[in-house]
Order: sequence, then structure tokens, then C-alpha cells
Amino acid sequence: MLILHCPYCGVDAEETELHAGGQAHLTRETVGSDDEAFEDYLFMRENPKGVHFERWRHASGCGKWFHAARCTTTLEVFGTYSAQTTAPPREICDAISGKRPGWSWKTFSARMFS
Amino acid sequence: MKRYSAFAIAREAARYHTGWERAWRAPEPQKKYDVIIIGAGGHGLATAYHLGKNHGIKNVAIIEKGWLGGGNTGRNTTIIRSNYLQDPSAAIYEKSRSLYETMSQDLNYNVMFSPRGVMMLAQTQHEIRGYQRTAHANALQGVQTEFIGPQKVKELCPIISIDGPRYPVLGALWQARGGTARHDAVAWGYARACSDMGMDILQRTEVTAIRRDGGKVVGVTTTKGDIDCDKLGIVVAGHSGHLADMAGFRLPIESVPLQALVSEPIKPCMDVVIMANTVHGYMSQSDKGEMVIGGGTDGHNNYTQRGSFHHVEETVRALIETFPMLSRLKMLRQWGGIVDVTGDRSPILSKTPVDGIFINCGWGTGGFKAIPGSGWAMADLMANGRSPLTDAFGLERFREGRFIDESVAAGVAH
Ligand SMILES: Cc1cc2nc3c(=O)[nH]c(=O)nc-3n(C[C@H](O)[C@H](O)[C@H](O)COP(=O)(O)OP(=O)(O)OC[C@H]3O[C@@H](n4cnc5c(N)ncnc54)[C@H](O)[C@@H]3O)c2cc1C
Ligand SMILES: [Zn+2]
Repeated sequence: MLILHCPYCGVDAEETELHAGGQAHLTRETVGSDDEAFEDYLFMRENPKGVHFERWRHASGCGKWFHAARCTTTLEVFGTYSAQTTAPPREICDAISGKRPGWSWKTFSARMFS
Repeated sequence: MKRYSAFAIAREAARYHTGWERAWRAPEPQKKYDVIIIGAGGHGLATAYHLGKNHGIKNVAIIEKGWLGGGNTGRNTTIIRSNYLQDPSAAIYEKSRSLYETMSQDLNYNVMFSPRGVMMLAQTQHEIRGYQRTAHANALQGVQTEFIGPQKVKELCPIISIDGPRYPVLGALWQARGGTARHDAVAWGYARACSDMGMDILQRTEVTAIRRDGGKVVGVTTTKGDIDCDKLGIVVAGHSGHLADMAGFRLPIESVPLQALVSEPIKPCMDVVIMANTVHGYMSQSDKGEMVIGGGTDGHNNYTQRGSFHHVEETVRALIETFPMLSRLKMLRQWGGIVDVTGDRSPILSKTPVDGIFINCGWGTGGFKAIPGSGWAMADLMANGRSPLTDAFGLERFREGRFIDESVAAGVAH
């Protein structure tokens, strides 16, 4: 079973205590954005085979939303971090690059926000 | 191709079965094909079959990274029905269901289509209203369904407990002409027919890159080298996002595992297919006698083809309330398949931003039933640039807000 560390209350929560909230770091479009931007925000997803950033809610715990960096093929968890950010923190990116040589947030996000 | 028949069985029985030939060839790739289809699941094979059959396009390769039918086509619970809510869905699913009726004859391959009837239980007031609405919609679409009461449910399926403590059975949406088929046989039957038309099925060949010249596709790179083509069909279910990435565009799709499990085989006890959407479980009995049970999807994207363990418990716990006899059964096997889920729970059959590339995906948790109809429509789309059956399922519908919302009608994975 998937176990994620809640960065707010410090509990190692099992999957059944958590609620998955989909891809993280989406740009929230609003009034004035064009159709393409809305399509991206509402429907288009990275859906990568490999490193993925996600939102999770500690539903049966402290109730807070946090972010996780995970591998979708091995289910390895690279780390979890606060949701009050627009990009993953340095340590998380370093942890991923250490385990997936050649990976960088810069190239990943360039694709994501293209 | 030697035809299968009662006579052939008798002939082979008389000579120790030495005369059967291989059902399909195992060719080496050519340098170029008119059309390449990526993915030898049911949808890819049916697309190739109908390209040849309906449009005379036979210089076709179907490229498969594993073995044919080894994806979701060989992993699903084989429910076939066409009682959807929206008109475009009814059109393609009903076309598909009707093609299943003659598939064994058309392919000269026994796909064991069994129109035993499919029933979707209403266990809340909300579901009663929802299914009555679907029954009315189906009447207008020419899809034969009816809303039946709890007593009729009990008559059709005596092992069901209709006055369960939490979720009594209040009625059901009944499609008498729905049913099941043998999933592997569907893939094998199409493969044999495609091979017979001269098409090359390249198994254990993975597409690793899609080559373009400006805005137009020119071919693919595979683990067996470069292969060129004029047109390319991407039909890879859960792997669609990955292939679209190779081609340079994105999709409104997320990939998650969907699970199923089977019990030990028992004597025949249920001759209909039952779906219980409120408690989220569905079940039929295979010809071997196993109870075939469909489970839930993971909430988070992954490609593990097994799924999270707790779904097994949730599914079985829910079903036991409606089918108390299940509590005495041992479960034998569990597995998962990677399903491709769209925002409106409807498929995508579409041109793409790259000239010459077409995509067929997004069937998610319910595309086995759609295999023949989807192949028919996708072949039309690839041959003629458009098809009346695929018009509503284009990629542009997400930007334009023309959703084909089946999330309400489906509600459960199947
Ligand atoms: C547990 C479960 C239960 C289900 N129950 C039902 C049901 O009861 N009724 C129903 O209608 N539907 C059901 N479904 C859904 C149904 O199985 C699918 O919608 C359908 O089989 C999809 O067929 P396909 O041909 O598109 O994909 P697949 O059969 O998955 O075929 C895609 C193929 O593409 C290949 N591929 C991927 N990447 C590459 C590459 N790079 N190069 C070459 N080949 C590649 C894969 O190996 C695979 O063989 C269920 C699914 C699951 C997982
Ligand atoms: Zn917490």
C-alpha cells in the first residue's frame, strides 16, 4: 500500500487515509484567459510514465492538501512537500535527479507549461 | 487460411490434429506500409481489420510491444452493453453490440458471444431516476432497454438478496441483448483475419519514437528499426499519453489501473451480468464457473498493471451484501490493466495536431464492448478523414465544451 508522509502533521499516512487530487502545479486560469489556456488547465494532463507531481489530501487526518513527487511506474516516492508553492523545493528536485540521472525540473516544467 | 468448421474438426480428429495451421504469421517488418497501427489490442486489430474489409487498405502493419491482446483487451471483465445516455455514445456502442452478434461468423472464429442480458441495479432513489431517464433516452435512440422492478430482478437472478440492509435492490436497467464474449478470442479472431488479408502483425516490437517531417508523420522508430508509413493510428489505451508525447502533443487523459478478480470455479448459479454501481462492483459467471468480479480504479496515476490492494477488500465487501453466497467463495486471482480516462468519460477518435496521425483512446474502463464498432468507425476516419460515428468524439470537443458526459450514466468501471 502506498504510504505518504504528511508534511503538515507529520503522520505517515496509508493510501486509505488519503485522497488523491491529481496533477500538481497547474496554472489556474481565470477571467481573461483564452480557450486554449482553459483547455490546458481543465483537461490536458502530463500523465507521464515516470516522475509525477501530485496533490494529495490527508483526508482522514489533518485534512490538509499537500504535494507529493512519485514515480508512476515503480511507485517510488521521492518526497512530499507543502502545497504553498508553485514549484517543488530544491531537496525534492535533487532527490529525483539523484535517482533518475538526467532528470531536471527545468526540462520537465518547460514541457508542462509549454 | 483454412476455414474452421465442424468438418475441419472431424478431419483433424481423424489425423491426430496434425493439419491445423498457425492462426497468424510472424513476419519481419517491411520498410514501409500505407498504414501503421500502434497497439495490437482489440481496438487496433479491429481498426486494421475494417481498413482492409471496408476500405480495401491492406498494406497495413500492426505494431505491438508485447503480445497481441495482452493489454486491457485480455484483462477485462468482458461486459457488452449499449445502454448509454448520450446520442453519440448510443450510436457507436449499439453499432458495436450489433457487430458482436455476427462476429463469430464474420471472422470464422468463435468469440463465444453470449447475449445473456445485462442488468444495472438501482439501489438508491437517485439511481432509479437516473436509469429511468436512460431507458427513455434509449427508447428514442432505438436501443432496446427497460426499467424492471425488484421482483423481476430476483426472478432473473435468484442468488441476489433484494432486501439488503443498507442498499436494497429497488429495480434495474435491463438490456436483454447485452452480455459477454471471450476477450482473447476477439483479439485472436481479428488477428487471424488481418493476417489472412496480408497484414503484418509485429509482436514484441515497441514503438520508441514517432518521426515527423514538419507537421506530417513519416514513420516510427521501433526496437526492430525504422518503419515508414503514410498514415499512423495510435491505439494504445493506457499508454496514449506516452505515445502522444512522442508525437509532440498532449491529451486530456490520465492513466490508472483498474482491477478485476475471479473466484474458484463453481456450478452455474447466475446466467446474467449484474452491475451494482452504488456499491461499486459488478459480476458475471464465466463458462469455466468462476465468478468474474470487477473492482475499482486507483485514484492516482500509475502504470503498474496491478492496482492498490485495498480495492479488493472494498469490492468484495460491497458485493457480499447483495450476493451473500459470495462470502463462502475463495478468490483465485487478481490483476489490473492500465485504463485511459478522459474528463467526460467518453472516448477520443480523432485527427491530431500532426498530419497523418489519428488517435483512438479514452475508452477507459469500458471499451471492450466497443471494439468492433470502434474499429469500424476508426477505419472510416483514417480512410476518409471523417466518419459519422466519430464526429462527436474529436479532440477539439474539450476546448469547445461539447462534452459527451457519460460519467453520470456509467458511474462505475466496466
Ligand atoms: C480490469 C478491467 C476490466 C474491464 N472491464 C470491462 C468490461 O467489462 N467491459 C468493457 O467494455 N470494457 C472493460 N474494460 C475496458 C477494456 O478492457 C478496454 O477499454 C479495451 O480493452 C481497450 O482496448 P485497446 O485495444 O484500446 O487497448 P489494449 O488492449 O490495452 O491494447 C493496447 C496495446 O498497445 C500496446 N502498446 C502500448 N504502448 C506501445 C508501444 N510503445 N509500442 C507498441 N505497442 C504498444 C500494448 O502493449 C497493448 O497491447 C476493462 C478494463 C480492465 C483493465
Ligand atoms: Zn496530515
